[in-house]
Amino acid sequence: MLNISKVETFYGNIQALRGVDIKVNNGEIVALIGSNGAGKSTLLMTISGVNKAAKGTINFDNKNIENLTPHEIVNLGISQVPEGRRIFSRLTVEDNLRLGASSNNKGKNFDEDSKEVYDLFPVLRDRLTQRGGTLSGGEQQMLAIGRAMMARPKMLLLDEPSLGIAPKLVNQIFISIKNINKEKGVTVFLVEQNAKKALELADRGYVLVNGNINLEGSGKDLLNNPDVQSAYLEGGKK
Amino acid sequence: MNKNFFQSSIKDSLFTGLIALALFGPIVGLRTVAVNEALVVQPKWLVVGLIVLACTIGRFLINIYTFKKEQRRGEPSSISKIITNFLDTKGAQIALGAVIFSVIFPFMPFADRYWMDIAIMMMTYIMLGWGLNIVIGLAGLLDLGYVAFYAVGAYSYALFAIHFGWSFWICLPLAGLFAGLFGILLGFPVLRLRGDYLAIVTLAFGEMIRILLLNWYDLTKGPDGLTGIPRPSFFGLPFKRYPDEGVETFHTFFGLEYSPMQRIIFLYYLILILALITNFFTIKIRKLPVGRAWEALREDEIACKSLGVNPRNTKLTAFAVGAMFGGFAGSFFATRQAFISPESFTFIESAIIVAIVVLGGMGSQTGVVLSTIFLIGLIEVFRDFESYRMIAFGGAMVLIMVFRPKGILATRKPTITMRKEK
Repeated sequence: MLNISKVETFYGNIQALRGVDIKVNNGEIVALIGSNGAGKSTLLMTISGVNKAAKGTINFDNKNIENLTPHEIVNLGISQVPEGRRIFSRLTVEDNLRLGASSNNKGKNFDEDSKEVYDLFPVLRDRLTQRGGTLSGGEQQMLAIGRAMMARPKMLLLDEPSLGIAPKLVNQIFISIKNINKEKGVTVFLVEQNAKKALELADRGYVLVNGNINLEGSGKDLLNNPDVQSAYLEGGKK
Repeated sequence: MNKNFFQSSIKDSLFTGLIALALFGPIVGLRTVAVNEALVVQPKWLVVGLIVLACTIGRFLINIYTFKKEQRRGEPSSISKIITNFLDTKGAQIALGAVIFSVIFPFMPFADRYWMDIAIMMMTYIMLGWGLNIVIGLAGLLDLGYVAFYAVGAYSYALFAIHFGWSFWICLPLAGLFAGLFGILLGFPVLRLRGDYLAIVTLAFGEMIRILLLNWYDLTKGPDGLTGIPRPSFFGLPFKRYPDEGVETFHTFFGLEYSPMQRIIFLYYLILILALITNFFTIKIRKLPVGRAWEALREDEIACKSLGVNPRNTKLTAFAVGAMFGGFAGSFFATRQAFISPESFTFIESAIIVAIVVLGGMGSQTGVVLSTIFLIGLIEVFRDFESYRMIAFGGAMVLIMVFRPKGILATRKPTITMRKEK
C-alpha cells in the first residue's frame, strides 16, 4: 500500500534521512521505533508532504506522492496525527473535528463520521463545546486521532501517541488504535519511543538509527531481538 | 495594607512623576512665541507641574487600587472583572441596543451636522476594523498595510465613476473586486511569511500603493488628487438643490423641503448598512469551513496541513475577503469626500485601524466597536487641543493595555455551542 524507497530528507544542510526503505501493506499495523533524533518524525512529515523528500520515491496505492502537497496527500487517504498532538487549542472540540472533516466531501459527512469518533472516544462527546486547550493530555491525543479519522483515511500516520500521557490513558489509546485497525480496516503506521508497547501492538516493525533502517521484522521477532532489547527495551522491561 | 507596600507605591509614583517631568518638561513646558518678530522661549512651568502632579497621583492610585492590591497573582483586578462580567452577561443585549441606537441616531435632537460627520467617520473606521479583523483576528495574519486596500477601493471607485460615469451601485462592487484582487496580489508573495516578517512586507506594500498613487500622474493626478467624484444618489434620485432640467431629485420626489442634511443622513445609513453587512458576513463565515480554516491556520499551520487544509488558498481568501471590505469602505470614503488624494492613505491610517483591532481584542466584533468609539472619539474630543491629540491617543492605548492587557474584549465565545442532548 505504502512503498517508501531510498528516501533522503534534509533540514537545511543536515541530512535527517539517509535512504530509507519501508513497506506497509494494506491492513497492517507497522511500528517504527528509534531513539531521539533518529529521524522518525521526519519520515512521517516526509510521507505527509510537510517536508519534501530530496531523493527517493514514496508510492501510495500505486501513485507517486513525493511531489504532492500535504492537502493532496490527505485527499488520497493518508491522515497524520502530528507529534505533540497539535490540536487547535482556542477552537472548540467540535470545531477541531469539523476541521478534520474539511477534506472529506467538504465536511458533509460530519454527523455520520463524528458518531464513529464518539464511539471510539466517548469522552469527546461530553467535551464538544469545550476549547481544545482545556482538555487533558490524553483527551487531546484522542481528539487528535479522532480529528484525523474524520477525513476517512485509508492509512493513519501516528507520531508518538504516548508522548506526555498518563500510563493508564496510554493503554486506552493503544486499544483504540487496535480497534481502528481491526474494525475500521485502516492501515496504521506508528512511530513510537515506547518501543515495547508499539512492538506488542504492531504486526511488523522497523528500527531507525541515524536516518537508516537498521532492522526490520515482525513485532514479536523485534521484541525478542537482543540488540533491540538492550537498546530500546531495558526501561520497558522493569 | 502593610507599610512596605505603601512605601514602594510612593516610590514608584514619584519615579513616574520624574519620567513625566522629563517627557513633558521639554514638550509642554518650553514654548516658542514670536515677540517683535523674534522667537522667544516662554516657559510654562505651571502646566508642566500640574501634568506631573496628575501623573504621580494617578500612578499612585493605580498602584493602590489595581496593581498591588492583595498581590494575588493571576487574579484580574476588580475593575476589569466588572467589565468582563458585564460584557459576558449582557453582550447580546448591548449589541442589539447599539444597532437600534445607530438606526435612530440621525433623528436624535442633538444629531446636527457635526455629530453626523463624527458618526459617519466612526462607522467607516468600524467597518475598516471589522474588515481587518478578518485578516488579523480570524486568520492571524498581521497586516500593517491595510490602508492600501482602502486606497485601491477609493481610487477605483473614483476612476470608474469619473471616466465611465457609472453609478455608485455599479462602482461599489467593482471597487471591492479590485481591492480583493490586490489582496490576492499581496497574498501571493507573502504566503510563506509569518508574524514579524509578514508585518514588514505588508507595511511596505501599503507604502508602495501610496507612492504609486502619488507618482502615476496620468491616471491618478498624483498629489493633486481626484476631484469631482460623483455623489451617490438615492436609487437614481440625486441630492441637489437645483436639479438639471427634467431631473427629479430626492426632495422633489418625496415632496420634502431641500436640506443638505438629507444627503448626510443617506450617507450615514449607507455606511451603517455596509458596516453591518461586513459584521454579518464575518459572524456567518466563522461557522463555515472557510472561516474555520482561517481560525485553524491562526492556531497551528502544520496541524492544518496534516488535516488537508490548503494553507495557500486559505491565506489568499483571508487576504482577498479582508481587502474587499477595505475596498468597499474606500469607495464609500471617495463618494463621501468627492475628493481623494494619496494624503488620505498614509501609514498612520493603517496604524489606527490595527490599533482598533488589537485594542478591541483580536477577533472580537464588539471590541472593534468599543475601541473605535474610544479612540476616534478621543481624537475628536481633543480636536481643539491640536498638539495634544496624539498624546491623548497614546494615553488611551496605554490605559487600555493597563486595564485590559488582551484587548477590551479579550474573551471570545466559542464559535459553536451545542444544545444539551437528552
